[in-house]
Amino acid sequence: MDNRALQVSAIKEGTVIDHIPAERLFDVINILGLFNSLEMITFGTNLDSKQLGKKGIIKVANRFFQGEEIDKIALIAPHAKLNIIKDYEVIEKRVVETPSEIVSIVKCFNPKCITNHEKIKTRFSVVSNKPIELKCRYCEKITYENQIEIV
Amino acid sequence: MEKRDLISITDFSKADYLRIMELAAEFEANPNQELLKNKVVATLFFEPSTRTRLSFETAINRLSGRIIGFSDSSSSSVVKGETLHDTIRMVSNYADMIVMRHPLEGSARYASEVASIPVINAGDGANQHPSQTLLDMYSIKKTQGSLDNINIFMVGDLKYGRTVHSLLMAMSEFENPIFNFIAPPELAMPDEYKRFLKSKNIRYFEHTQFTDIISEADIIYMTRVQKERFTDPIEYEKVKNVYILKKKMLKNTKPTMKILHPLPRVNEIHPDVDASPHAYYFTQALNGVFTREAIISHIMGVK
Repeated sequence: MDNRALQVSAIKEGTVIDHIPAERLFDVINILGLFNSLEMITFGTNLDSKQLGKKGIIKVANRFFQGEEIDKIALIAPHAKLNIIKDYEVIEKRVVETPSEIVSIVKCFNPKCITNHEKIKTRFSVVSNKPIELKCRYCEKITYENQIEIV
Repeated sequence: MEKRDLISITDFSKADYLRIMELAAEFEANPNQELLKNKVVATLFFEPSTRTRLSFETAINRLSGRIIGFSDSSSSSVVKGETLHDTIRMVSNYADMIVMRHPLEGSARYASEVASIPVINAGDGANQHPSQTLLDMYSIKKTQGSLDNINIFMVGDLKYGRTVHSLLMAMSEFENPIFNFIAPPELAMPDEYKRFLKSKNIRYFEHTQFTDIISEADIIYMTRVQKERFTDPIEYEKVKNVYILKKKMLKNTKPTMKILHPLPRVNEIHPDVDASPHAYYFTQALNGVFTREAIISHIMGVK
């Protein structure tokens, strides 16, 4: 990485979400509602990654993500890492973990599922973590990782 | 007491299965019992299914219950745009139990969450039809004397056929089952069910030919190969006549072997089989009434 990139990316307090699959970057921004944020946000995508090929990264000043927000990240970027920054230092690195139940985040892939026809909170149990497989509480069909669509 | 529902076959435990078998035998011996006197049961058929509806309504009548409902959503407020949620809320106020069939998958589970009264799923799209599975089990128990050590051959459409999936799940609760799957590759048993059997160390074998291997069978469970399941019509033409059970194929089968079929059949069981002592599919349908009396009584807590 060269110096110019570093200048843009430095934040004093906040969170760096790293190792996001490049094609999922904007999904992560959406699901965390960052488009409404008044904080300083920088993001990059299609950065080289040994692990993912191409990755995305988001740096958000003054935000520290909690419970459900981390669940959401885990779902669309299961390899993501959260670096918690205080006073320009990384004070904690967190690996996201997929929760056992996903409520009202994901759309069921099955067009004949009742949740796609009436206003119902979707509910899935996570039957596999890597790759992610979600079993719909209603139609009992499996939504696979590559089919995950955020509501 | 928390209400009970029957939405998926796996909502019931092995103890429930055995209780249903016991009750069904009681109802077979004595079908008319006034257990639902002064109770109203709503049979809500959002899509027509004459066979299932008549079977449930016969069961309710034999238990002296009263019936409200509809047999087709064109005669209900659904055509005015009412949501399933609102229909179920309204009916919950009128009836003591709901039996419902709906074309959308997951509709019955959702209805059971909305309803304050018990819900029995009589089929939700291609998903679940648990009373069919329980009547299949009752037919196996009655003809084989037990649900343990049964060698079941499942034939035809094992990919989309919900009845075979549910029967596989339920029979896996019993001792030492063996499954034999006979299907064209396009309609083979899905991996998730094979993985499930492996995880429980249950033996299964896959075949593409319908041959004299059926001599080992205790039960042959036939299903329809449906044309609309094939993306390529040539593929359908290739397999449509491969899985037809004919009388001459039954020569070397066990004398106690029985042939089951959820019905309706098209051509997969030749009519010359009907007179064979192995043919059980019409009696199986009658068993459905006793099994449904058992399910309703169990769910309502009146037995």
